[in-house]
Amino acid sequence: MTIRKSTAMIAAITMLAVGACAPKAPDTLPPAPEGTGTDTGAGTGTGVVPGSQEDFLASVGLEGDRVFFDYDQYNVDAQDQATLQNQAQWLQRNPAVRVTLEGHADERGTRDYNIALGERRANAAKNYLASLGIDPSRINVISYGKERPAELGSTEAAYAKNRRAVTVVIGQ
Amino acid sequence: MLLRPIGLSLALLLTTAPVFAQTSPAPPAVAPTEPRETIEGTLSQDRTVIAIPALATPSAQTVAGLRTDTLGRQIAEVIAADLERSGLYAPVGPAGLRAITMAEVTAPRFADWQGNNAENVVHGFVRASGTGGLVVGCYLYDTQLGSELVRQGFEIQPGDWRRAAHKCADAIYSRLSGEAPFFDSRVAYIAESGPKGNRIKRLAIMDSDGGNHRFITNGQALALSPRFSPDYKKIVYVSYLNDRVRVFIYDVAAGSQKLVTESRNATFAPRWSPDGTQILYSMAVGGNTDIYRISANGGTPVRLTSTPGIDVGGSFSPDGRKIVFESDRSGSQQIYTMNIDGSDQQRISFGGGRYATPEWSPRGDLIAFTRMGGGEFRVGVMTPTGGGVRLLTNSWQDEAPTWSPNGRVIQFFRTTRGREGKSSLWQVDLTGVNMRRLPTPQDGSDPSWGPVLP
Repeated sequence: MTIRKSTAMIAAITMLAVGACAPKAPDTLPPAPEGTGTDTGAGTGTGVVPGSQEDFLASVGLEGDRVFFDYDQYNVDAQDQATLQNQAQWLQRNPAVRVTLEGHADERGTRDYNIALGERRANAAKNYLASLGIDPSRINVISYGKERPAELGSTEAAYAKNRRAVTVVIGQ
Repeated sequence: MLLRPIGLSLALLLTTAPVFAQTSPAPPAVAPTEPRETIEGTLSQDRTVIAIPALATPSAQTVAGLRTDTLGRQIAEVIAADLERSGLYAPVGPAGLRAITMAEVTAPRFADWQGNNAENVVHGFVRASGTGGLVVGCYLYDTQLGSELVRQGFEIQPGDWRRAAHKCADAIYSRLSGEAPFFDSRVAYIAESGPKGNRIKRLAIMDSDGGNHRFITNGQALALSPRFSPDYKKIVYVSYLNDRVRVFIYDVAAGSQKLVTESRNATFAPRWSPDGTQILYSMAVGGNTDIYRISANGGTPVRLTSTPGIDVGGSFSPDGRKIVFESDRSGSQQIYTMNIDGSDQQRISFGGGRYATPEWSPRGDLIAFTRMGGGEFRVGVMTPTGGGVRLLTNSWQDEAPTWSPNGRVIQFFRTTRGREGKSSLWQVDLTGVNMRRLPTPQDGSDPSWGPVLP
């Protein structure tokens, strides 16, 4: 990865971004996946408050707020990295925003272990965001274990959606 | 003391009881639930038949709104339900059996009960104590020998009548089976309601048979994994209060709670030491989870594990000298034991699949666990060195065993699969045959069985 820039550079870009309200992503970060766009339209003319959860979701696109994990695993793979890079772009444009990373597990683990596993996953995502220059003090972590499945079925497809770490904006 | 044992004599039966001081508060408001049990497996066909007619009363009196003659029948019903649930006995009555007189309580007509094929008969009485309470007497006889096997008497607060029934059932069970009692005990668990994706989970408590049910928390914060303190005065559990994962100690009488330890990290999976002075918990720091021990009064926690990965849970041996816990340090969840200072960590589970949620039996002879394999969870037992693995259940997801006070019965929760999947409380004895669902007003999970009440 060659995404690290100097802190001063990121700060400058970030300030520019906030000031302009409709910024372009820093060219040092990879582009967003096709179709999701950047947040160029989210804060203008749509009534979306910049830096809000709504703004975040509009910026990162469908399921761009979450990364998925393999069974009993917590490694951040290439697809997860792209997702988190998108999130990092938005976080850099909104430097006052704090987020919570919610870690989750599928229902095929015991309750206490799954809390620990959700912690692992949320921390893996947090650590990757931090490696992109996001101040880790902006990121809370909480594990819900298997208590809050996103998909309710007991199928492999549902489990794959439930093994996740979700970034949620909690305010400025 | 909620329940005061008294010596039984013929004089006590027939005359005014001596005055006993009763200082205990009335029990909490109760919402009795009708038993609705489901039995799986095949019970032995040669279970001992025990006749249990309604307990006699010298004269129908009303004490605190309860009629002694009605209580005589209800207490007999609870005794019969307890003994039936044990799986070892075939109680008959009180329905369908003739009423007995006070005189028969100490002089049974054995020939009558032999005629019912009953090898044993239970007699007893209920009467007003004269001090606002009740006196309950309970006798077990051998109908063939025409001999008395056990007698017990209690002076109780009227609201504790179910406990008198459980104590009587315990005396009968212990005398006939040779095992330690277990009916007069309580269970803390999590009551569940709402959709699967947003379950409401409330801390709740009840008697071992589901009676005297009471909700503790209101469900606004997720509550998980409760454990009664050995004296039943406190419950340690996990609450998601203020969107954090933390272990609290709830004071049952005061209705207040406090943190076990102050930390910005998630704390969970709490357990009491057998003497109630120490608490085990797990704490996740930067994604790495380890097990800690702390005084129940607070202070500085002692870190017991330090390997990278997830070390979680933990249950003390009954002598308080060892801890059994789970760890994925080998690559998958397995069960380990260690000394209470964290030394001598030894893996004890080696079979196929993953092993989790170890719970040391109060007898010390076995460790119960959840085994995961083939997409299913089953509850089983092994010796403290990992031998003699036996699976007791066979369903999609049976999780989190907890032991009866005498180490002969295990409660756990069973989850059904799919979008409408729900959890319920079950119990099974060590034969794996006597499998029953526990009655709860809502769905239930995370049961935790406490010791026999004094």
